[in-house]
Amino acid sequence: MNILSQEHQKPAHQSTDHTAYVAPYVDIESMDSGYVLCAEMPGVNRDGIEITVEDGNLVLIGQRQPLSVSGEPLHRETRQFSYRRVYELDPSIDANKISARIEQGILSVNLPKAENLKPRRITLE
Amino acid sequence: MNIIRYHNQGQSDLAQTFDRFAALRDEMDRLFDGSFGPVFRTPGSFSRWAPALDVYQDKDQFTVVAELPGLKKEDIELSLQNGVLTISGERKQEKKSEEGYRNERIFGRFQRSVTLPTSVAGDKVKATYQDGILKVVLPKAEEAKPKQIEVSID
Repeated sequence: MNILSQEHQKPAHQSTDHTAYVAPYVDIESMDSGYVLCAEMPGVNRDGIEITVEDGNLVLIGQRQPLSVSGEPLHRETRQFSYRRVYELDPSIDANKISARIEQGILSVNLPKAENLKPRRITLE
Repeated sequence: MNIIRYHNQGQSDLAQTFDRFAALRDEMDRLFDGSFGPVFRTPGSFSRWAPALDVYQDKDQFTVVAELPGLKKEDIELSLQNGVLTISGERKQEKKSEEGYRNERIFGRFQRSVTLPTSVAGDKVKATYQDGILKVVLPKAEEAKPKQIEVSID
């Protein structure tokens, strides 16, 4: 089942603008009407989100807010990289109708299919 | 009379081989955990999801930071007992459509515990949850009182 038919497997450090990124975890749900993509980007707020569609590719970028804590680290597990992931869009997606929102670090992107390209039943005359 | 020196050969070859396999498996586990970013195993934990955690300190307080994207405040439980802060809760998955669904995110219960090196004032602990990041600030105390304290999130 491929609408986001292909994912670009660029390693984090090879993005064109020389910033180090990691790929966020993403869930994709597909329906007749289109797709919903949810990406985990803790530490990112509205101002850090950049979503672009170019050459049939969906590029998702989330710039992380630097942690504001006082003191020295005793123990570190979080990695303060920003997030980036690229998907090749199924041509049936209407790029003009793509919408997104972010809540508590989860970016949800709605990718509706163009009306005339949705699956439809043909009835006999 | 022959005096035969007794050589302590240490472990048999078989035992040494098993040890090497165990060490290799542990090394693979470490490598595997490291490459998956925030998915850590907590020994003895029943949950698959162990959120990434940082601990900081300055002269007045500890700050514990946990990455917990996609929750509501009500889904997070904090408790402090005997100098151990426990962060736990559950991330519920919404009902999906019957169609295809690609799944990388982890849902379900999570739990992490942090043992703080010096005692803290349990009644002055404050926590905030924003952009999927939980930040718990624990002011240091002069004396430790062993008691269980429930902490509420602002």
